[in-house]
Amino acid sequence: MTAFITHLAFEFKTGLRNPTAMLMNYLFPLGFYAMMGLIMTQINPGFKDTLVPAMVVFAIMASNLLGLPNPLVDSREAGIYRSFKINGVPALSILSIPAMSTIFHALIVSAIIVLTAPIFDSSMPKNWLAFTLITLLSAATFGSIGMLIGVIATSGRSVVLYTQLIFLPSMLLGGMMLPIEILPEAFQPIAAIFPTTQAMQAYLGLAYGQETLLNPALCVGVLLASCILCFGLAIYLFSWDSRNQTRRGHPALALLALLPFVAAVILARLI
Amino acid sequence: MDENVLTVTDFRKAYGDFVAVSGVSFTVSRGEIFGLLGPNGAGKTTTLECLEGIRNGDGGQLNILGVDPSREPHKLNKLIGVQLQTSGLPADMTVDEAMKFFSAYHGVAPRYDLLDRLGLQEKRRTKYSQLSTGQQRRLALSLAVAHDPPVIILDEPTAGLDVATRTELHTLMQELRAQGRTIILATHDMAEAEKLADRVSILLRGKIVATGSPIELTATGSGFTKVSVRTEQSLLERNGASFPAVAKKSVLDDYTIYFSADPGPTVSAILDYLHTEGDKLIDLRVERPTLEERFLEITTPGDAQ
Repeated sequence: MTAFITHLAFEFKTGLRNPTAMLMNYLFPLGFYAMMGLIMTQINPGFKDTLVPAMVVFAIMASNLLGLPNPLVDSREAGIYRSFKINGVPALSILSIPAMSTIFHALIVSAIIVLTAPIFDSSMPKNWLAFTLITLLSAATFGSIGMLIGVIATSGRSVVLYTQLIFLPSMLLGGMMLPIEILPEAFQPIAAIFPTTQAMQAYLGLAYGQETLLNPALCVGVLLASCILCFGLAIYLFSWDSRNQTRRGHPALALLALLPFVAAVILARLI
Repeated sequence: MDENVLTVTDFRKAYGDFVAVSGVSFTVSRGEIFGLLGPNGAGKTTTLECLEGIRNGDGGQLNILGVDPSREPHKLNKLIGVQLQTSGLPADMTVDEAMKFFSAYHGVAPRYDLLDRLGLQEKRRTKYSQLSTGQQRRLALSLAVAHDPPVIILDEPTAGLDVATRTELHTLMQELRAQGRTIILATHDMAEAEKLADRVSILLRGKIVATGSPIELTATGSGFTKVSVRTEQSLLERNGASFPAVAKKSVLDDYTIYFSADPGPTVSAILDYLHTEGDKLIDLRVERPTLEERFLEITTPGDAQ
């Protein structure tokens, strides 16, 4: 327990004193939130209804996708995991503790967003318990996705490639900037494949009591399944050292992480 | 020093088609400093990394205090302390945090006194990325021994260190040995191996080509003992005197230097000669071949081995 707390405290402090981590955990999401609150709510007053969940999802996605994977790759390539291994630091701790620390930072930013949202005359959740649980689940899911990217990426460049495959389409199609209901019909199934869409639909349906295109309870199930699957795959595919050729599985197995979202698309069409 | 704490038997490791280590066997006893020597690429680090559980071998057996590193790597961290040749710590981790972090995982109290002893007292709040190479190595050594492991594996521990720090590390290693710790020392520094190691093995192209104490190894070589003599009248040189077992002779400054295959008879004959000729001895030095010379003899292509 002492080791766990010591490790978590170190990772949490790193998230504050490392300039890159500080940028991805706090400055970027809060800066974007301030900009959206000031500008977007003036251009589109309807955005006030979704400002809080959209910016919470953005904060969670930014810290976990843009902030978490790179240090995992850099540490592996710098031989840090070798030092950890010979000193008895388990793989589970190496992966899960930075993710937990990133999730804590994302939750702090989420709390700041919720507390300051009245400044922008934003709608607040009707069901706070649902809002809190979906926030925790979304943070855990993006944390697991970030872990998996950190495990399969071979360099900083491949981290950028993998994260942008999720980040950019999520910004456009994930229901944060535009409701997926107003997307062309052909794009709606594509949108459902992104975790941001699942999180936004869960927030709007369960925490705000709005009508949603996707079944919000199913969205919670998809996020939960994705969280468990990505975490399991990250642990399974983890390697201590890129110079060591022995791997338990091919990195392409990470594509299995898409299964819950593909299932969600198929179910959405059937229902 | 009877009880074997580490046994390597017919060990083999290949990377694809390249065989890094083959047929390597050695044992190390409790309280022994065992040197693993060899040129770059000889297989030292591969052997050590397999002992540390970082890599798995392809054949043979490894055993550290009853634990097979490839099968039970989780049991190793209490038994061994390791200073890797290439290792890293998180860039933002301070020296104190590193000690606290790894001590927590080993379940022991942090040994901040080791940091002070190895000259890191002024750097305890400094981040790892801001330490010099020498300071990083000293920190790595502190971390390797902080949990008081019975076996300590050091891969090039003093490379890049200044003389004072190197001497302090040597003293620490000797103290650890005196406490019954076993040390495996991979080094390029022959003087270090000769000074510290009880026994050494020389690895060449993945195979052990010589094992023994530094004295045994130097004695079995074809190298000559150097007998340097300085006298008042320099009669040895002026008279062109010759002595038994001397293979060659040279002159440097005021010294006449004899390279002898058997220094006992050579020295006796020189002293007799000087006594007979009435020349006064000012200085006489006998230097056996160094481990470095023996190492070069073994590892240089085209030489004896």
